[in-house]
Amino acid sequence: MRTIIFLLVKEFKQIFRNKPMLVIIFMLPIIQLLILANAASYEVRNIRFAAIDADQTPYSRELVSKFRASAQFDFIAMYPSEKMGKEAVQQGTVDVVLHIPQNFERDLQKEKKSQLLVTINAINGSAAAVENIYVTSIIKDFNKTVQVALRNAADTAQKPKEVIAIPLFWFNPELDYTTFMVPGILVLLVTMVALFLAGMNIVREKELGTLEQINVTPIKKHEFIIGKLTPFWILGIAELMVGLVIAKIAFDIPMVGHPGLLFLFASVYLLVVLGIGLYISNFTETQQQAMFLAWFFAVIFILMSGLFTPIESMPVWAQVLTEFNPVKYFVEVIRMVMLKGSSLKDITPQLVKLGLYALVINALAVWSYKKVS
Amino acid sequence: MKNDPAIHVENLTKMFGDFTAVNSISFQVGKGEVFGFLGANGAGKTTAMKMLIGISKPTSGQARVAGFNVRTHAEEVKNSIGYMSQKFSLYNDLTIKENIVFFGGIYGLPKSVLKEKTQALVDELGLHDHADALVRSLPLGWKQKVAFSVALLHNPKIIFLDEPTGGVDPITRRQFWEMIYREASKGVTIFVTTHYMDEAEYCDRVSIMVEGNIEALDTPNKLKERYQVGSMNEVFLKLARNIE
Repeated sequence: MRTIIFLLVKEFKQIFRNKPMLVIIFMLPIIQLLILANAASYEVRNIRFAAIDADQTPYSRELVSKFRASAQFDFIAMYPSEKMGKEAVQQGTVDVVLHIPQNFERDLQKEKKSQLLVTINAINGSAAAVENIYVTSIIKDFNKTVQVALRNAADTAQKPKEVIAIPLFWFNPELDYTTFMVPGILVLLVTMVALFLAGMNIVREKELGTLEQINVTPIKKHEFIIGKLTPFWILGIAELMVGLVIAKIAFDIPMVGHPGLLFLFASVYLLVVLGIGLYISNFTETQQQAMFLAWFFAVIFILMSGLFTPIESMPVWAQVLTEFNPVKYFVEVIRMVMLKGSSLKDITPQLVKLGLYALVINALAVWSYKKVS
Repeated sequence: MKNDPAIHVENLTKMFGDFTAVNSISFQVGKGEVFGFLGANGAGKTTAMKMLIGISKPTSGQARVAGFNVRTHAEEVKNSIGYMSQKFSLYNDLTIKENIVFFGGIYGLPKSVLKEKTQALVDELGLHDHADALVRSLPLGWKQKVAFSVALLHNPKIIFLDEPTGGVDPITRRQFWEMIYREASKGVTIFVTTHYMDEAEYCDRVSIMVEGNIEALDTPNKLKERYQVGSMNEVFLKLARNIE
C-alpha cells in the first residue's frame, strides 16, 4: 500500500509538472467538444434542389412551390429539359432533381394517381436517405392538399378512411442533434485520455530506461499497475466532470437522470479502457508502436459505438463484434441517463457486462506485464 | 552459508532464437570484491548482467545472487541488490530529493530513514544548492553520482553497475571510483562493466567476455603476466584480436 502511495505521488508530480501536457489533456477535449457538438449532426440542410416541370399546370407549380417553401431545400433552378437536370447532378451542382412528367395534373384528376421522378445524388448514402425522407414528406403533404381538392370536386360520400401516424418523439422532442451528440462525444473525450495517456506513459518509461530501474526493485506487479493507472483514472473522471459542466453551460444538454450514475458507470468504464491501454503497452516497445495500436482500437471502437451510426443498422456479425466494444456501452448509458433519466436498475446489464470486461482485461494486462523478459 | 560467494554462476546461458548471447558462463564473485566485467560491445555483458539482477530469465544454467536463485527467487534477489544502468535511470522531471524519496520509498524505507538518508546523501555529494533542482538540469557526472547513491539507498549487499562512467569526464570518473571503493570497504560487493581499461586496473578481479564466452578471468596483474603485456588495454586487445 505504501509503495503505491509513493508511486502515486511521483506520477502526479510528473503529470502536473508537465504544463504543456496538462493544457493538452484539458484544453483539447474542450475544443473538440465545442467543435464536434456543433458540427457532427445527421441533419441534412441546404439541399440543393432543382425541378423540371414538363406539365406546367397549377398542380405542378403547387408541388414545386412546396419544395421552394421548405426550410431544408435551397431552390437552385427550374430546368427546361431532363438532360440539363442530369448534367447538373453529374457536375454536382444539384443534390435533388424533381421531374414532373407531362399530364401530371390530368392523370391525378382522372386516374387519381400519377408518377414523379426524383433523382438524388447518393454519393453520400446516409445524406441521400435523409433527403429521400424529406422529399417523400413534402410529396405526402402535397397529396393531402390534392386529395382534399379532389374530394370536394368529386363525390363527398366516398370518404377514404385514412390512417395517420402521429409520431411522438420521446426524450428528445425537438430531435435536437446536439442533445443527441454531446453525451456521446463526452464519452470519446474520456476514452481518449484514458486509452492514450496511460499506455503511452508506461511505454515512455520503457523508452527512457526508467522502467528497467523499476523492474530491478522488489516492487510488486499489482502495486506498479495500480500506481500507474490510478492517476489516469482520476484524470478521466475529472475530464468527464469538466465535460458535463460544459455540456450544460454551452449546450444546455439536459441531465434527466442522476449524474452520480454516470460517474459510477464511468469509474468502471475507465478501468476497462485503462486495462486496454496497459495491455497495449505490454506488447509495444516504443511510443510510436503503442500510438498506432491505440489508434487502431480507438477508431474501431468509436466508429462501431453507435455514436455516429446506429448499431441496429450494422450487419449481424458487426453487431456481435460491438458486444466487445466498451465505448458502445458507455454511449448507450450516458444517453440513457442524461436524456431519458434511466435508473441504476436500467443500466445494470451494461454495468455488469463492463464490470466483467474490466476484470478480464485487467487480469490479462497484469498477467502479460512481465518484470522478467 | 557464511562463506557463500556473493555471486555464483554456473553454465549460465541465454539464447535469443538461434543466437547465443551468453554461452554457458561460470564464475564466482566473493563478498566485498570489486569485480570488473569487461567485453566489447555486443559481447553479452549486459545480457548476462540482466540475468543476474532478475529481469531476464536464463535459457539454461544456474545463478545464485546473494544466496538466492535468480530463476526462482528473483524478487528476493532484487531486495538484496542495487542496480545502476547504462541508460540514465533517475527521473529527469523530478528533483534530486524526490528521486531519493521515490526509490527509497519503493524499497520500503521508513520515513525517518528516508529523511536521514536524503540529508546524508545531499551532504556527501555537496548538492545543497541543487537538492530541489530537477535532475534534468544537472551535468551528467553529477547525475551518475546521484544515481549511484540512489542505488545504494536500501543498503544492498551487491551493487551492479552497467557502464556507470560512460561519457563522464576523467575527474568525475576518479571521484566515482572513490565512491565505489568506499562502498567495497564496507563489504559491499561491486559488479561493474566498463569500456575504460584504466578502470579495469582498479578492480580486484576482471573477466573478459568475447562473443558470449568468458575468455579470461583473473586479477589484472596476473592477466598482464599471462599475456605478457604492460596494461589491461593490451590484454583486452589481444583477446579480442585472437577471436578475429
